[in-house]
Amino acid sequence: MLEKLTVSSTPHILSKNTTYKIMMHVVIALLPATLGALYFFRLQAAMIIFLSIATAVSAEWGIQKIRKQPTTINDMSAVVTGLLLGLNLSASVPWWIPVIGSAFAIIVVKQIFGGIGQNFMNPALAARIMLTISWTGRMTSWVSPGVDAVSTATPLSYVKGLNIIPEDAPRILDMFLGNIGGSLGETSALLLIIGGLFLVFKGVISYKIPLVFISTVAGFALLYGAFDLSFMLYHIFSGGLMIGAIFMATDYSSTPITMKGRIIFALGCGVITSLIRLYGAFPEGVGFSILLMNLSAPLIEKYTRPRVFGGGKQNA
Amino acid sequence: MKFKELIRKGIVTENPVFIQLLGMCPVLAVTNTAENALGMGAATTAVLLGSNFVISLLRKFIPSKIRIPAFVVVIATFVTMVGMVMKAYFPALDAALGLFIPLIVVNCLILARAEAFASKNSVAKSIVDGIGMGIGFTVALVILGAVRELLGFGSIFGAVMTWSSFEPAMVMILPPGAFLALGMLLALYNKIASMNLKKQ
Repeated sequence: MLEKLTVSSTPHILSKNTTYKIMMHVVIALLPATLGALYFFRLQAAMIIFLSIATAVSAEWGIQKIRKQPTTINDMSAVVTGLLLGLNLSASVPWWIPVIGSAFAIIVVKQIFGGIGQNFMNPALAARIMLTISWTGRMTSWVSPGVDAVSTATPLSYVKGLNIIPEDAPRILDMFLGNIGGSLGETSALLLIIGGLFLVFKGVISYKIPLVFISTVAGFALLYGAFDLSFMLYHIFSGGLMIGAIFMATDYSSTPITMKGRIIFALGCGVITSLIRLYGAFPEGVGFSILLMNLSAPLIEKYTRPRVFGGGKQNA
Repeated sequence: MKFKELIRKGIVTENPVFIQLLGMCPVLAVTNTAENALGMGAATTAVLLGSNFVISLLRKFIPSKIRIPAFVVVIATFVTMVGMVMKAYFPALDAALGLFIPLIVVNCLILARAEAFASKNSVAKSIVDGIGMGIGFTVALVILGAVRELLGFGSIFGAVMTWSSFEPAMVMILPPGAFLALGMLLALYNKIASMNLKKQ
């Protein structure tokens, strides 16, 4: 009789959601974009994605063995990091780029800071920026989709410094479908949106962060392009905006907890992205904007801390 | 025996970089190559020796209320001298280190040794402390500089150490590389120290 009375501390009501389930949902949501990458960039894409996932998982296993910690490779979080990093690379990178990137993401950005749930930055994105700074030429030599793999520019480099779309730029429909040069998984806005809708439907992410992020960028592009609707669409379908807004700016551990905080976070991402794209030296600013806002997340949390029910007015 | 202990303290057990984490500004800023690191280490050691010597000589005359300004005047004198010597004899190194030579004035390692050691100990001990801490600082800087130069340029002291297809990681010679390399070296240092402790 007594065995049935379990005495334990709170929480008493547990959600059925486990890390494994959430991570599986993210993997499923990334599947359309992954298949798109395999279709557009063929064998090269398969190799890069495989290497980055394999390295991420083995790096997580290895570092936890060395530090004598319980291994967490079964929760799929390393797979998600590896997959996201793979989708963020150009199809032309040599084999060691995904290997170094994944190892850096898992060992330096994730495990050294305490493992899952403790990382202060999105590991895949931090690795991408590290790789871009280290091997700028390798990381920014884009190839066009297809078997020929002709080197090409990304849509954003066509409009850099302009407020209209030049004649020779890719068509917006191609950008929406993904038939353009760019990182493996970020070219097709359509496939990423399908994945994002799945995550929203499953309750893994809230639609608010991506929506606020993308609309801020859209707003800036609209103003900058003198209310040219196609210029705005060009900006929101290009670069890493879709994959960044849907899959990276919604990372649990590196974003604020409250909804108000998350909206400020997404707004900041959008503003910084637009400023870098329109006025900065780089054609793309999604990666930098999310990392910068990751760093500001503790500050945002400090000012958006909810009031305790029944408590008095708090001094933030 | 006592002096040997002081030297050991400066290099190993109380290493200014790996244990005390003092003078992080030059440690992080100028260690992009082993040569720059060695130059900065030597310049800092020279200033540290001079300031420890003079401050321990004057320790009975400096009123304790204004000791910090007095220390800074002494340190600044030696920094000016070192700066002039470097400009005259090592113009290339001086150009590479740039502003960080005059900034030795505010290096907290030197002020810390003046405050914590030279103002309380005899001249001979203070000189030995300066030598020990100076070598400890230089060794740490050169290790950090060599690691960053190897990964960021593929060479150590300008000599190519890597195979021809090696592509150096630019990030290592940029500011983030300094933090990454220093963090990793600190972890390694602590690991070795804790292993030695277990042995004892």
